[in-house]
Amino acid sequence: MSKMDSKTPKGPLKEKWTNHKSSINLVSPANKRLIDVIVVGTGLAGASASATLAELGYNVKSFCFQDSPRRAHSIAAQGGINAAKNYQGDGDSTYRLFYDTIKGGDYRSREENVYRLAEVSANIIDQCVAQGVPFARDYGGLLDNRSFGGVLVSRTFYAKGQTGQQLLLGAYSAMNRQIGRGKIKMYNRHEMMDLVLVDGRARGIIARNLVNGKLERHSAHAVVIASGGYGNVFFLSTNAMGSNVTAAWKIHKKGAHFANPCFTQIHPTCIPVSGDHQSKLTLMSESLRNDGRIWVPKNIEDVKAIREGKLSPAEIEEENRDYYLERRYPAFGNLVPRDVASRAAKERCDAGYGVNKTGEAVYLDFSSAIERYGKEEAHVKGLNEEDKVLIKKLGQQIIKSKYGNLFQMYEKIVDQNPYETPMMIYPAVHYTMGGVWVDYNLMTSIPGCYAIGEANFSDHGANRLGASALMQGLADGYFVLPYTIGDYLSGDIRTGKISTDTPEFVLAEEAVRVRLAKFIYNKGEHSVDYYHKKLGKIMWNKCGMSRNEKDLKEAISEIKSLRKNFYESVKVPGRVDEFNEELAKAVRVADFLELGELFAKDALERTESCGGHFREESQTLEGEALRDDDFFNFVSSWKYNGEPSEAILRKEMLYYEEIEVKTRSYK
Amino acid sequence: MDLILKIWRQSNSESKGKMVKYNISDISPDMSFLEMMDVLNDQLIKKGDDPVAFDHDCREGICGMCSMFINGEAHGPDRLVTTCQLHMRKFQDGETITIEPFRANAFPVIKDLVVDRSAFDRVQQAGGFISVNTSGNTQDANSIPIEKNDADRAFDAAICIGCGACVASCKNASAMLFVSAKVSQYSLLPQGKIEATDRVRNMVKQMDQEGFGNCTNTGACEVECPKGISLENIARMNREYLSTLLKS
Repeated sequence: MSKMDSKTPKGPLKEKWTNHKSSINLVSPANKRLIDVIVVGTGLAGASASATLAELGYNVKSFCFQDSPRRAHSIAAQGGINAAKNYQGDGDSTYRLFYDTIKGGDYRSREENVYRLAEVSANIIDQCVAQGVPFARDYGGLLDNRSFGGVLVSRTFYAKGQTGQQLLLGAYSAMNRQIGRGKIKMYNRHEMMDLVLVDGRARGIIARNLVNGKLERHSAHAVVIASGGYGNVFFLSTNAMGSNVTAAWKIHKKGAHFANPCFTQIHPTCIPVSGDHQSKLTLMSESLRNDGRIWVPKNIEDVKAIREGKLSPAEIEEENRDYYLERRYPAFGNLVPRDVASRAAKERCDAGYGVNKTGEAVYLDFSSAIERYGKEEAHVKGLNEEDKVLIKKLGQQIIKSKYGNLFQMYEKIVDQNPYETPMMIYPAVHYTMGGVWVDYNLMTSIPGCYAIGEANFSDHGANRLGASALMQGLADGYFVLPYTIGDYLSGDIRTGKISTDTPEFVLAEEAVRVRLAKFIYNKGEHSVDYYHKKLGKIMWNKCGMSRNEKDLKEAISEIKSLRKNFYESVKVPGRVDEFNEELAKAVRVADFLELGELFAKDALERTESCGGHFREESQTLEGEALRDDDFFNFVSSWKYNGEPSEAILRKEMLYYEEIEVKTRSYK
Repeated sequence: MDLILKIWRQSNSESKGKMVKYNISDISPDMSFLEMMDVLNDQLIKKGDDPVAFDHDCREGICGMCSMFINGEAHGPDRLVTTCQLHMRKFQDGETITIEPFRANAFPVIKDLVVDRSAFDRVQQAGGFISVNTSGNTQDANSIPIEKNDADRAFDAAICIGCGACVASCKNASAMLFVSAKVSQYSLLPQGKIEATDRVRNMVKQMDQEGFGNCTNTGACEVECPKGISLENIARMNREYLSTLLKS
């Protein structure tokens, strides 16, 4: 088993990035004009990378499957973005952000990547403010912060519950400036179908124009994959309907290693599933855990009465409520990391304390916060602090100003008023820490092919902390990739334009054409969604919040046979050469059906529990995750080898020089 | 619930479209409108018919991709929601629901309910940005305090999702609410003031070139906007535009 080389620069941790930047090769401004870069995906990572590469002088071609780059799913991120600014003077620092992220990731991420992330985090906020991103401010006109899970400081910058939207629109505006200057050529409604390799290097892609179905060849000196995560392998997730693994999976099949595929984040606070018709799940931001308290009834009789509609949660006395996170984790309380909060909710629901009809929901209650804020406001305004109605009204106003859009969203979906009655929430698939393996320069194992943002695996280990995805996406796109890619491209200044008439392009296009035609001529009986839902059920039941050997083995064989059935019996209406949503979906689901198998294989091989990966065979007496640092202190990097689950495992050992590896405790 | 759907079917931008009637039954009031459409499409696929094409992505009201004109209103009868967050409980059992694409000269139909809104992108490309490069040496984010009121109003303008409901609702197919929201966001912030003159001039010019109509202050856009973008923004943009004309 050969080892993976992360190409980490030498020297002390704190100087690595600075030294690396000063020592890597550069491309002169005149030569940058001769070099083309393809960026697939226009979320925070892709949009920020496209804009910055174009600012530097490269010719950028950007692709998104949506009708505009502004629609990429980063737009839906709610709560905030972390940065080690220490504006609150609460003892935050680059080191502390680095430490929290490594610890939050349960010691399964690369130290030097995470340190770099923490280092550039402050620049991101400066850059975004300069772009006109309207972050929340206090009355003194300075930026406001809030807290997220797994940390003891306030370092999260936010724009109400729409932080992702505002950051993405900032990056989109930076892209627009470059599109206007002609430095970025934007391809909306285009999907990457395959990567083209020439002499072992990434030299272009085959894309499908989703409006007219035509296949197109696009060449470049380097290809950047920023296509996001693969949470939709579960069918139901907080991802957008179109979010998919296709670009990442295609490069995997062409030689890019896929790392830690089983590291998935199941987010504790989502609106519970209401029925079989459900097409997606909606997140309620983690920021709500700043002010909301999570509980279920202490007595099983109360649970029954609630389910039968005979009792409302507000009627249950304080002493009959089980604030189980505060009980189990007094130090972090409701702000434990996501994996811990999700498992705790599952534990209570499995024990029979779930509070909705399906038995899969817990309460997120704002009444104490409403009262606290109401009293504070009444005090400030010199009003009667004993007037309960007034206090409630004032408190609700404060809550509205902080989380208004989230409360409105909840009310529209569930048809209940969360200002009056506690929200009902349950964990749901949200983010994937695993992804394409990259080295320190964010290059995959294919020369000239890069992966950034959620699409790569590098920074979050086995669990991502809240408000860190936005930070990583923008760090990769604005501040890391645009510089590290120069080191590679400096070897390409004499290459000249890459022709798309070479056999490599012709063959790649032909292979895509054949694959698409197969779907159309299949004339099967079941829709694409039928298979996607079945795959989702296997993933959720056997590779979800809690995993064991028997289930994982079954998952592998069930996914294999489902995939076989899919190719035999899927029905895709319409033609290839037209706008055909079902065909686009079929291509994506075909790749999920392969990824799912590798996912289960990875989960099966990692017999320890760590972060979001909980193996029932590896837990403490109290039911907490039990890591095994002696055997699993590595990144599992998989090389494609025909059948997904027969991929070859290559280990990248993890070394911790600055941080002492400890058992994670939030008690 | 049992429903009758009358849906605009048009195979591509060249062909002529028409309304087609479908019956659909066993719809749960807890379904979202798009989940109801999923059920319809599943039935059509089973029958061997072409499913109805419609744009959608995040299904949580923020990406701005979904765009139906339902019973004569952009995003349907509910207020402050996009079609993906509209739920079937807002309709009556047995009701006939008419579903059309967003209609405007600047938004040509691609297929069925899918329209091309790239005109919006081009308006943004003409000036919807602040010219600042990513250098890593930008001044500290707190070096320019911004009055909370201004920051909040900039935010209120910035939450536009670019769905095009304002254009579809306007009898003139004007894009003033959309364009003014971006102009306002930047004109309220010190960072955006430097290029304010060029921005408003270029964005308005592009808006006119795209074939959007003029604003006659009917206010329909504000009523139908799923994000509650205010008409004040249009007033602010007119002011900015006028001062640009005076300066030049």
